[in-house]
Amino acid sequence: MNILVCISHVPDTTAKINFTADGTALDPAGVQFVINPYDEFGLTKALHIKEAQGGTITVINVGPATTEPTLRKALAIGADKAVRIDAIPMDAITVAKELKNHISANSYDLIICGQESIDYNGQQVPAMLAALLEQPFANACVGLSLDNGTATATSEIDGGHATYKASLPMVIGGKKGLVEEKDLRIPNMRGIMSARTKPLEVAPATEGEGPTKPVSFEKPAGKAAVKMVDAENVDELVRLLHEEAKAI
Amino acid sequence: MSILVFVEDWNGAYKKASFEAVAYAKSWATMNSNKVIAVTSVSAPAGELAGYGADHIIQIGLGSTAMGIAGQLKELSAEASGIVIAGTSLGRSLAPALSALTSGALSTNTISLPLSTSPLQLKRGAFSSKGIETIELDSTMPIVSFVPNSIGLEPVAGEGNLESREISSNDALEVLSTEVASGKVALPEAEAVVSAGRGLKGPENWGMIEELADVLGAATACSKPVSDIGWRPHSEHVGQTGIQVNPNLYIAIGISGAIQHLAGVSASKTIVVVNTDPEAPFFKAADYGIVGDAFEVVPKLVNALRAFKAAS
Ligand SMILES: Cc1cc2nc3c(=O)[nH]c(=O)nc-3n(C[C@H](O)[C@H](O)[C@H](O)COP(=O)(O)OP(=O)(O)OC[C@H]3O[C@@H](n4cnc5c(N)ncnc54)[C@H](O)[C@@H]3O)c2cc1C
Repeated sequence: MNILVCISHVPDTTAKINFTADGTALDPAGVQFVINPYDEFGLTKALHIKEAQGGTITVINVGPATTEPTLRKALAIGADKAVRIDAIPMDAITVAKELKNHISANSYDLIICGQESIDYNGQQVPAMLAALLEQPFANACVGLSLDNGTATATSEIDGGHATYKASLPMVIGGKKGLVEEKDLRIPNMRGIMSARTKPLEVAPATEGEGPTKPVSFEKPAGKAAVKMVDAENVDELVRLLHEEAKAI
Repeated sequence: MSILVFVEDWNGAYKKASFEAVAYAKSWATMNSNKVIAVTSVSAPAGELAGYGADHIIQIGLGSTAMGIAGQLKELSAEASGIVIAGTSLGRSLAPALSALTSGALSTNTISLPLSTSPLQLKRGAFSSKGIETIELDSTMPIVSFVPNSIGLEPVAGEGNLESREISSNDALEVLSTEVASGKVALPEAEAVVSAGRGLKGPENWGMIEELADVLGAATACSKPVSDIGWRPHSEHVGQTGIQVNPNLYIAIGISGAIQHLAGVSASKTIVVVNTDPEAPFFKAADYGIVGDAFEVVPKLVNALRAFKAAS
């Protein structure tokens, strides 16, 4: 089983987000970058599959050299090798095409992405990749079992779940449920030591500019100060919700 | 050229977001004196779409998966200069798949109508609601996927000409089963959400939360640790790493308001917080707050709301 796990390098969930003075990009000063939380579930799932049936886990990121610590961390958690496509991608389709080019030149039985990157929140790369590869796709995937080249995947849909069947190879957009939170692997000392000598290949970018470009970034308008209501006077809250907020 | 809009239904009934999608397409089309082509299932009440702005309605036998439908829409896109898809769970797979098939520029998580049409610029949420991006899309086949309930749209009627077509759909993915809870408001579409956290102490205490949701016609939600310990199902987990919601009313009970929780709920129009701790960070993100014990405040609120509903 040859598994590719796509890893996005994103600001830590507790990061305060600021933009550069001209408002055209994220200001990375003081921001700690981590493996995208959705991708952590995919990486641990890949480890579970490898432990059950053998195989190789490759992690991949499309990004500049600053993302390498994140790939090293994925190696420390247990991936066998890492690939970085050297690009500063401006949109999801460019990332998807770079991934497709790598996948077409190699051969993977299963491609696991996170359903969403918590930086640009596009939820785009996994479905684009599946469409480009013409492979089956299960998004918001919260359960996956493999049996002899056939996958059964459970996905969240609005208000419920769907269960799908497909022949490998396929693309997964994963999230919590793929494995449980408590089962998420974190790097241990031995993993960190061995990650230093695991291969991290850097490949040149093959794609040009994409069809979208960011014009500017701004912060959302802050809320007005909270209005406190006495706990003994919930009728007042009901009145405010009806008359002032028009929420009921 | 026209704006093509995908209109989703569930077992023959339209979602609210589907009407919004048609109204969105109408607003966009009108900016350039274009028409709206709505694409919908043969089994849905297509006539309803005219009132929201559909000029031309094409009914097809829709595929059962995002990839299947993306292939069908690709064929129809030859008649259009732009595409609108609501950001439902299906739409969030469909829009990027379609953009890869058509090489169209895509904006997902969109929270505005086009700010300008040449070049096409829009606002979209980024960094888990901590930022707003203005994005520019190439003009070839722009695709806009918007966040349901994030843009107040006034529907304008369209011509409503109906037509059926046969377009085959292909997907190697086989649907074995689907399960959707009936009689419950689905969280991503809910206009009101009642959410509770670790302050509730245990799963046995959710009765009053469900009662409150019931009076309001709201969906129930929870903080991440509550679903991690199994007090509530994962599908109720809201926040940066769970479902992102933007209802008209979000009531948070016994939730501290950690940055990751706020990231998924702060786009809600009105936020009410009930917490015993006056220093809870959630109060800073709230419109209305009550410092008090959920076990006393919630039952009183249920009664007050019942009385309000009975009187109005
Ligand atoms: C990578 C990452 C991602 C995360 N993603 C998410 C996410 O998507 N969503 C999310 O929710 N969290 C997320 N978290 C977790 C987040 O940091 C907080 O730990 C979590 O939101 C806290 O949940 P809580 O408010 O229910 O519990 P607590 O922080 O324990 O707060 C309980 C609150 O209840 C109040 N309380 C206690 N008793 C009562 C009572 N009787 N009546 C009223 N109030 C009472 C307390 O004052 C307290 O404020 C994430 C964390 C990480 C590290």
